[in-house]
Amino acid sequence: MSKIIITIVGKDRVGIVAKTCSYLADNQMNILDITQTILQDYFNMMMIVDISRAEKSFDDMARELSEVGDAIGVTIRCQREEIFTSMHRI
Amino acid sequence: MINISEVLETNNMVAHEKLDVRTITMGISLLDCADSDLNRMNARIYNKITTCARDLVSTGDAIGREFGVPIVNKRISVTPIALVGGNACKDSNDFVEVARTLDKAAKEVGVNFIGGYSALVSKGMTPADERLIRSIPQAMACTERVCSSVNVGSTKTGLNMDAVRLMGEIVLKTAEATKEQDSLGCAKLVIFCNAPDDNPFMAGAFHGVTEADAIINVGVSGPGVVKTALERVRGESFEVLCETIKKTAFKITRVGQLVAQEASKRLHVPFGIIDLSLAPTPAVGDSVAEILEEIGLERSGAPGTTAALAMLNDQVKKGGIMASSYVGGLSGAFIPVSEDQGMIDAVSEGALTLEKLEAMTCVCSVGLDMIAIPGNTKASTISGIIADEAAIGMVNQKTTAVRLIPVIGKDVGDTAEFGGLLGYAPIIPVNRFSCDAFVGRRGRIPAPVHSFKN
Repeated sequence: MSKIIITIVGKDRVGIVAKTCSYLADNQMNILDITQTILQDYFNMMMIVDISRAEKSFDDMARELSEVGDAIGVTIRCQREEIFTSMHRI
Repeated sequence: MINISEVLETNNMVAHEKLDVRTITMGISLLDCADSDLNRMNARIYNKITTCARDLVSTGDAIGREFGVPIVNKRISVTPIALVGGNACKDSNDFVEVARTLDKAAKEVGVNFIGGYSALVSKGMTPADERLIRSIPQAMACTERVCSSVNVGSTKTGLNMDAVRLMGEIVLKTAEATKEQDSLGCAKLVIFCNAPDDNPFMAGAFHGVTEADAIINVGVSGPGVVKTALERVRGESFEVLCETIKKTAFKITRVGQLVAQEASKRLHVPFGIIDLSLAPTPAVGDSVAEILEEIGLERSGAPGTTAALAMLNDQVKKGGIMASSYVGGLSGAFIPVSEDQGMIDAVSEGALTLEKLEAMTCVCSVGLDMIAIPGNTKASTISGIIADEAAIGMVNQKTTAVRLIPVIGKDVGDTAEFGGLLGYAPIIPVNRFSCDAFVGRRGRIPAPVHSFKN
């Protein structure tokens, strides 16, 4: 399994989750876990996503998701999961 | 599974605490480029470097994007050129041609520095070593990206005082040759004792002869991350202080380990080592001096500085060693004056002197690094400083180094401007008393008694 972490940060509004998940579904990306929290009006979401069946390159997905975010008014970034597992797990 | 607070912690470190991978350095052996003909040798050198490192910069950038951690520098280190050019280079000008070739190759592949214009003379100098060393001032003046180093001593072999004396003159000549740029050439020249074969940081990086044909070494960094972690434990006991540094060093080093293994996989070059040094930059919030202040000193250089630095260095190593499969290079806390805003302030305010810096080098990495001194400092005095630093390394079985910049035309009270990552530095006073008679003696200081371990 090839996993990435998608983080979404921005002012809370209707449609953030829906629009992001539509993109993921359209591109064969399977959501494994979602955590969401609202801190001082700011929407923070983290998704663990399996991209092993996605056909696009990492750079393309990252850019397109960033554009989805821009359209909704939030910041969406993608990172490979290993950066977090390597830092926070023995 | 990873949770959101861990994700936010990592991304915060990158965004606000200056966490980054300081360098991916590809070490390339040029031993197989040796030739009796200078042009043929230079062609081989150029081809080997541009072939091996063709994808280094693009791979580093891709890894940075995919993991969300900047890979700030991509660099190359090569076999000490004195060893490669021994046959082809009949005089110093021939060696300068090799330096030009290295510079050209570095520009072609897009790395910002290439280290290894070096000679290893800890026991004695061959004619080729001497030719290379005497070519250093010109080589540093006529190239941009080439870095040079000379190893003048080791715990096993003692101190080559003939080389120490020569290097005092060479440092001054290099300063002269680059005086239009505040003697910038000296910022690219390091004199070592116990130089490691696999250090990924410039200016002292070279690819030692004990290494494989090509390897990937990574230098991590993160003084800002350590400082922020320590802000949360202000006033706590030494136990809490040390554990905080250790755990933070672990996390920082893990980033380097991940990046190194990924780079190694994508470039099909074996992974060498992580150098888990805390290396500052002039950027705000990226300072080792600020860590020392956070630990409890009013300014770096105040009493307690050496002890604080010893503790910091030790905890960084303890945390980092667990985090990586192979640790090497210099691995400790760096104290380059011109590359650390906190150090610059400490010198300007008179809190930090050359003598205190020398004491600090006994307990941390590197040595007397990126220190601007008056342009009228005598060559023998520079040699004396080199000898002192080398003796510390030799006796304490550690690496020490000197990267002094005598700024021609400037004196105490002035500032030298190097620009970019090399920063700027106030000129620091140097003891005026002479060591001419000491440095003038010929030969070598023998290896210390505790090097006889058999």
